[in-house]
Amino acid sequence: MSTTLLVVQILNGLQLGVLLFLIAAGLTLVFGVMDFINLAHGVQYMLGAYLAVMFYGLTGSFLAGLVLALLAALAFGLLLEFAVFRHLYDRDHLDQVIATFGVILFLNQGVKLVWGAAPLTLPIPELFSGSVRLMDGLLYPVWRLVVIASGLVAGVLLYGLVAHTRVGMLVRAGATDAPMVSALGVDIRRLFMIVFGFGTMLAGFAGIMVAPILSVEPGMGDTILILAFVVIVIGGIGSIRGAFLAALIVGLVDTLGRSFIVDILRLVMAPSPARTVGPALASMLIYLLMALVLYVRPTGLFPAKGR
Amino acid sequence: MAGRAAGRLLPLLIFAAFAATPLVAAATGDSFIVSLGIRVMIFAIAALALDLLVGYGALVSFGHAAFIGLGAYAVGILSAHGIADALVALPVALAVSGLFALATGIVCLRTKGVYFIMITLAFGQMAFFTASSLAPYGGDDGLTIRARSLVAGFPLFADDRAFFYVVLGFLLATYLACRAVVASRFGRVFRGSRENAVRMATLGFNVYRFQLAAYVIAGVIGGLSGFLLANATEFVSPAYMSWQRSGELLIMIIFGGLGSLDGAIIGTAAFLLLEQWLSGFTEHWKVIFGPLLVLVAVFARGGIVGLAGRLKELIRG
Amino acid sequence: MAEPVLRLEALRKSFGGLTVTDDVTLEVLPGELHAVIGPNGAGKTTLINQVSGLLTPDAGRIRFAGRDITRLTPDARAMLGLARSFQITSILPGFSVRENVALAVQARAGSSFRFLGRAADEPVLNEPALAALAEVGLAARAEAPAGTLSHGEKRALELAIALAMEPKLLLLDEPMAGAGREETERLVAVLRRLKGRFPMVLVEHDMTAVFALADRISVLIYGRVLASGAPEAVRNDPQVVAAYLGEEME
Repeated sequence: MSTTLLVVQILNGLQLGVLLFLIAAGLTLVFGVMDFINLAHGVQYMLGAYLAVMFYGLTGSFLAGLVLALLAALAFGLLLEFAVFRHLYDRDHLDQVIATFGVILFLNQGVKLVWGAAPLTLPIPELFSGSVRLMDGLLYPVWRLVVIASGLVAGVLLYGLVAHTRVGMLVRAGATDAPMVSALGVDIRRLFMIVFGFGTMLAGFAGIMVAPILSVEPGMGDTILILAFVVIVIGGIGSIRGAFLAALIVGLVDTLGRSFIVDILRLVMAPSPARTVGPALASMLIYLLMALVLYVRPTGLFPAKGR
Repeated sequence: MAGRAAGRLLPLLIFAAFAATPLVAAATGDSFIVSLGIRVMIFAIAALALDLLVGYGALVSFGHAAFIGLGAYAVGILSAHGIADALVALPVALAVSGLFALATGIVCLRTKGVYFIMITLAFGQMAFFTASSLAPYGGDDGLTIRARSLVAGFPLFADDRAFFYVVLGFLLATYLACRAVVASRFGRVFRGSRENAVRMATLGFNVYRFQLAAYVIAGVIGGLSGFLLANATEFVSPAYMSWQRSGELLIMIIFGGLGSLDGAIIGTAAFLLLEQWLSGFTEHWKVIFGPLLVLVAVFARGGIVGLAGRLKELIRG
Repeated sequence: MAEPVLRLEALRKSFGGLTVTDDVTLEVLPGELHAVIGPNGAGKTTLINQVSGLLTPDAGRIRFAGRDITRLTPDARAMLGLARSFQITSILPGFSVRENVALAVQARAGSSFRFLGRAADEPVLNEPALAALAEVGLAARAEAPAGTLSHGEKRALELAIALAMEPKLLLLDEPMAGAGREETERLVAVLRRLKGRFPMVLVEHDMTAVFALADRISVLIYGRVLASGAPEAVRNDPQVVAAYLGEEME
């Protein structure tokens, strides 16, 4: 394995990591503050990507597409909150699972109905197309760097918001002790809506940013949703810091594992079984990591709740 | 008492309906009902196991499809190596899914509530992706099985109708076993830990061990269902253990009403027949089915069995 | 002097900056009814929770029946014969009254890893359960769902569950909490009958009940033991009167 390949894979891992963070952040907040398990968070990411493709097609500008798609994703998220999720906040987790599962079925099929089952693509904005030379023999696509940077910026902004604003304080308090916050006379419904809308927008943003490098297709949110679950479980539910750290760890472990595990296994076994076992083991890595973390710390690395 | 009598009447009706299905098929010449019936019964076996966990133990497992997949892959992989006898494949299927349940249960059961939901989901995905990366056994595309398992060398499963009654036998055995477990000393402790785990601990019960045992039992039954599914379809694929499938299993038991073994079977039948019926109208049937689920979650507590109970009370006044 | 059944040695527990158990040393002798009293927030329930294993102390040791149980899980302690009742009633509301008690019998009656046979029909479990229910005056309600009992009946059920465990030591966390005058009197009568059969730790607010039942009283204030001794001595302890009883006994 060469240094160039290693650097490329680390960057790819970071990119997956920030992507996971953007999705996991909303999920962990919604979870921590409202005790609401939202499986439909993944389809909101998918919807962001589809909306970006649509608005790009209408306006011909990536930036306009981005802004419009963000607003539309927010509006749709709030509509969902109003029509469905609101009725399920104080219900059993199982009811929440079933209802949000229904939303997934509906939306996955819905985008097929509207945009067709074939994958769509979104061109990379002109300004950021092409590659940049990072070191000898290493060309890296600019857009991927933009994705990483925007994810990191979003992370810092989010951290600032949660750590230093009034709403952020309420969110932190809510994640620790929700009944207490409502006892303080805060309009908990409005707080929920703000948190929910914000989470939706982050997921939508993630979808928009990766639309130029992934194919936009029905079901694209499902896999990433599970990864985001792994992230927030490892990080500790309700913790932004935990989500950020865990997202980067999961992104790196998954990416590096997939690219190098066969080589590593060949150090200890014959090439042919290594090629068979490697991929299987690589796809298990992050789950093994999660199992390990939970075995040692059943509430994740940075549990927000004091129980 | 009326309740007691109804408690015996409902399962009799259910199993009589299943037993009559091949006869109806023969009378109407519609052999499709037989394979649909086999499918319903196989998933009903898995649903019974899941209801044991969710309905009686409040352990919301979102990775139950993994056990079905493991059972199915045991049949597929053994058959790919020329071992096609159920006397080998069935014990292997049960052992593999039981061991997976034990290994993952040790970790999962250390967590509670929503963590438990997500970690079982994650382990389910782990099994899914592992199966997808098994290139020698078809990878993503799955694996076709040459023929149904033999039983001690005899092609007992080959005929659809015979296989139907074999599956029915397994369903009945699973149903009776689950009923016995729920009512047993073990089941009483397990049910008690759902209602008040702290109380159970201060009575002297190590709740974790009971939950782990129940988790393994449910895993083994899931493996049985997978063994039968592989034989029914003569095909195995990672899709058997997708998380959507785990979600569907949860929906089945919610349809029927949690904590009712009769309900688990009825719910499975309702789910699969509804799916069959809706997909007859349009390929986009999920656009109808999704919102239906939302309505079930928001309004229909207690599922079909619960609704029937409420209806009965209404009639009685 | 007889070997104490339970001995707490320099027990300490804090939540954040708040010390709720502060260097508590206590003994319970065989056959004794040892009452722990103190104002709200004195740390009585926290103390009981450490003894029963729901909380782990930060420092100190708990010895029970000659063993160090400081690190044992609640179920392991229960198996050693430590039974408790809860201040906020802790029963299985969906189970019948009889089954609630039968579960306690079952915990002592061999392995519960039995997957066949209807537990609800086992005489070896039901008969002791019904006997315990008769003892607290609940026999007539045996088949009612526990969730439908009145508050006082639930308190009696808690007691029956504890009895069925055939405890070597019974921890009672405010057994009279929320019960009416008549119910309290009945519970006091039951406890008086049980007295001497096994040692008990009684945490209670009702001073009439405490002084009627206790052999020894320890007063807990801000997590510390302020005084410990025979009821008369405690009643007349100027410190106790000043800190606690004075207002309480007006």
